[in-house]
Formats: sequence, C-alpha cells, structure tokens
Amino acid sequence: MYAQMVKTDSDRVKSLAEMNPQERDFQERVDRGEKIEPKEWMPEAYRKTLIRQIGQHAHSEIVGQLPEGNWITRAPTLERKAILLAKVQDEAGHGLYLYCAAETLGVSRDELLALLHSGKMKYSSIFNYPTLNWADIGAVGWLVDGAAIMNQVQLQKTSYGPYSRAMVRICKEESFHQRQGYDIMMKMAFGTPAQKAMAQDALNRFWYPALMMFGPSDKDSVHSAQSMAWKIKINTNDELRQKFVDQTVPQARYLGLTIPDPDLKWNEEKAGHDFTEPDWSEFFDVIAGNGPCNRERMNARVKAWEDGAWFRDGLVAHAEKVADRRAAARVAAE
Amino acid sequence: MAALADTAAGRAALLEFLLRTGDNTLILGHRVSEWCGHSPVLEEDIALANTALDLIGQTQLWLGLAGEVEGQGRTADNLAYLRDAAEFRNVLLVERPNGDFGQTLMRQFLFDAWHFELLKALQGSTDPRVAEIAAKAIKEVSYHLERSADLVVRLGDGTAESHRRMQNALDELWSYTGELFVGDDADEALADAGVAPSPASLKPAWDAAVARVLGEATLAIPSSGYVHKGGKRGVHTEHLGYILAEMQFLQRAYPGATW
Ligand SMILES: [Fe+2]
Ligand SMILES: [Fe+2]
Ligand SMILES: [Fe+2]
Repeated sequence: MYAQMVKTDSDRVKSLAEMNPQERDFQERVDRGEKIEPKEWMPEAYRKTLIRQIGQHAHSEIVGQLPEGNWITRAPTLERKAILLAKVQDEAGHGLYLYCAAETLGVSRDELLALLHSGKMKYSSIFNYPTLNWADIGAVGWLVDGAAIMNQVQLQKTSYGPYSRAMVRICKEESFHQRQGYDIMMKMAFGTPAQKAMAQDALNRFWYPALMMFGPSDKDSVHSAQSMAWKIKINTNDELRQKFVDQTVPQARYLGLTIPDPDLKWNEEKAGHDFTEPDWSEFFDVIAGNGPCNRERMNARVKAWEDGAWFRDGLVAHAEKVADRRAAARVAAE
Repeated sequence: MAALADTAAGRAALLEFLLRTGDNTLILGHRVSEWCGHSPVLEEDIALANTALDLIGQTQLWLGLAGEVEGQGRTADNLAYLRDAAEFRNVLLVERPNGDFGQTLMRQFLFDAWHFELLKALQGSTDPRVAEIAAKAIKEVSYHLERSADLVVRLGDGTAESHRRMQNALDELWSYTGELFVGDDADEALADAGVAPSPASLKPAWDAAVARVLGEATLAIPSSGYVHKGGKRGVHTEHLGYILAEMQFLQRAYPGATW
C-alpha cells in the first residue's frame, strides 16, 4: 500500500499478561476502540512504528505527484488539465496533513524528508512505474487511488487520533480521484481504436504493480500481527488485495478491457476471484531501488529540495529580520 | 458595447482582446504547472498548482467567450489546442522559461500586478460578459498578487543569496513588462467603446504597486527602458513553439478523438 512492509521493532506480540500496567492500560484502550491522542502515553515501539508508517504514506503522496505531473502539460483538454492539476494539488495536500500527523509524534517534516532523500525511508513501490500514455493517468486514478482507498478506508478506524482524522479527510478526496480516473478510462475505452489500445496498454502495465501496492502476503508476519494489535493496520494485505480484485474485475469488464491474467476466474466457494499473484521478485527489485523510475523520482525530489534551499533560507532570514526590527522598535518605544 | 459588436471591425477587436487575455492565462498557467512536484517546499507545490488551476479556469472562460464572439463554432479547447504559434496573442512575458524559482516568482508578481489592474477595470466593462468573467477572476487574482508580492518582499529582503537571485530575476524580466502597456488599433477601439481599458491607462497604478513592493524588497528597478514586444500580434519567442508542441500533442496526434 502507500505504506508497505512497515517494521514494528518487535519479534512477537506480547500478551496482556506479559505487559506492565501502563502497557496493559494502553492496549485495553486500543481494544475498546478509543483513540490515542498525541499528549498521551504510548509504547515507544508504537510511536516509532507510526512514524515509519505515516512518514512512508506522506512520502508516497508527494512522490506520487511526479508520475501524474508528467502529463499535466500534455493533458488533452482544458478541463482534463484542470482536473489533473486539482488532483495533484490534493495529493500535495495529503502529504501536508500526513507530515503534520507525524509531527505530533515528535518528528519534524525536515527530518522525515532527510530520511527520504538519503534512501532510509521508502515510498510506495507504485510510483516507480512510468506514465507512458494518457490512459495511464486514467489507470492511476482508477487502480492506484482505488487501491489506496481500500487501505485508507480501514485506516479511518486506526487507533491514533491524528492519523485517523487525516484519513477521513483524505478518503473523501481519494474517492473523487478514483471516479475521475475511471471517467478517463471510459472515454479512452469507448473512444477510437487508438484510444482503446492505450487504455488496454495502461491496464496491462498497471495491473500487477497495483496488486503489489498491498505488499506481500503478511498472514504470518510478526510486524503485521503487532500492527493489527495496535490497530494501526486493520486488515491483512491479502484481504485487501482480494477485495481490490473483486471490486476491479467488473469495472474492467464494463470497460471492455482484459485484465492481463489468463487464470483470473470467479471461485464460487470462496465467493471471490482466483487470480495470479504479482511477481514478487519484481516487487523486491523495485523496493531495492531498481524499478523503472526509482532514480528519476529520487533525483527529482532531491533536486527540488537542494535547488530550493536558497528559497527556504531566504524566508527564514526574512522572518528573523522582521522579528529583530519589531524587537528594536519595542525597545525604542520604551 | 452595442456599437462595437455591430461592426465587423468591432467584433474583430473584441475577439483580439479575448484571445490576448485568454492566451496570457493559458500560457502562464502552462508555465506554472511545469513546477508541479518540483518546487522548493510542499506549500509552494500546493500554491503553484492552485495558481495554475485558477489560470486554466480563467482561460476556459476567456477563450470560451472568444469562440462565441468569433461565431465559427470553435470552443475554448479548439482555440487552445488547434492554433499555431502565430495565432497566439499572449505577451512575451508569460512564455519566458521558468528559470529558477526566483524568476518564476518575479514573473508571476510582475504579471499579477498588471492582471489585477486589468481585471479591476474590466469589472466596469460595457460588455456584461466581460465584466462577469472579470468579477470572478479578480477574486483569484487578488490572492495571486498578495502571495507573489509577499514572497518577492521576503526573498528580496532575505539572505544575500535570495536578494541576488531576485534582483537577477527582475533584471532578466524587466524588458518584457513594457509590452503589457503598448496598445494598438484594437485596444483603442475597445477603450473607446468602454469594453476594456487602454493598456497605457493601467501603467500608473502598476508602476506604483511595483515600486512599492520592489522598494520593500530592497530591489532596484532596472534603468533600461527597452521593451521587447510582438506577442500581442503573434510574433513570439522561440519558446512558444515548444510549449505548444507539448500542450497540443494529443489533440494533434489523434485528431477528432474525445477525451
Ligand atoms: Fe492522496
Ligand atoms: Fe494517492
Ligand atoms: Fe489521490
């Protein structure tokens, strides 16, 4: 997902009996569905895990501007251009809320960005894939925002108050993005043969990377078990992936497009689709920095940050000058 | 207004004006949108996307009305995507490359200060359609101006480096501002009919606003009075061809498709 494979610093989940009274009290509050707020006590590992998860999510939002920004100047109509600009603006806004949520845990945005730029923190694997034709912008909205929603809807119920509230706000906008993406796909799939070919090409390239967004199966993962006990993860990766496939198959059928999986079929018994797992070796390659666009994405972010240093320094210097002048004026007035 | 639209020459002048206004917002919106995801800080990514979005929205209104006045059934999209460079009427200032972030900001400020005065006058246009668009756009543009002026002040009066970059940006762009105030026969006809202010009439207020902001920013107004012009009559810099090649690619490569 936007946060994939988040580590929790634990090798197994403690039972209530093994916890000290403070930990037990905390766990019981989480179990009752209470929200944990910034000033309240929380286990250090909970705090650190949340920073990793929210930080990775925030980074994904801002790196996610790049593949879509790639088509803003080439959007085919003024209306499409306006819709795409508004979407990319929303994504930057999501990044902002999430960095703010992370800040309530005692880590600054600049610290998180430094970790991103040095490669110590990740962003979602999906944004390392290129947007090669206009239908990709439709596919990103339909599949990528669609997969993001699967994850984020459940995170509205997450135990950490600021994260949960950020998710409520973000989810509203994400469903808007998904509908707009699907609308592009409809125009393309029901358009000229060339447009339909672009739509199918986009689906071919984005299908498996979208399935990878949920991360590898985590039914046996300690990290996931701990995150689920803390309610900073509500469903397993496999549950969400299944839900996503089941939701998307009829949408693709309506478009008259073929999902690039010959083994995809309805399974009456499990009341869901059987489908082919993505190539996890490709996923691990992308995570390791070898996706098609990892270098471009990171170079673009680092360049933006470094080229902007004089701008940020200038604003800080001006604010200091203004404060000094005010102080001097106060002294003069006394 | 009735008198203006009654003659072919009057309609041509109005069309010219609408293309100029819509092309300015279209090309500047395009330039600003090139920054998406690449600006110095997240708040700027948001603000620039918002500015570009406003400008593209205004383009839809101005070029939409241009198509109506032309009466040949062309839509705003037809005008944006299917004209070549020589038919574009934007001033050269808005097609200047983004440069560093300082140049982008300075270009925005110099344009915003003019755009604001233009829209203020257009609110009183004798053509109600023009007045209506201006009334909507000025709300957005007064915010653009507030923001760009504020940043010019803070960066001009920031560090030595930010001051140097902002002064450099001003020096680079100054000779492209004069075109905003140069009028021709079309401008004169519109001014006579009370549809739009004469370009020269906007200069005193622009001069005052720019002098105030640049003064506060500790930046020196360049002494050169040279004016680069041509955009308003379709003679552009080399840059516009590339902007259009990128912007119009899909419409040109797949004619007649619906998007
Ligand atoms: Fe988002
Ligand atoms: Fe997103
Ligand atoms: Fe989104």
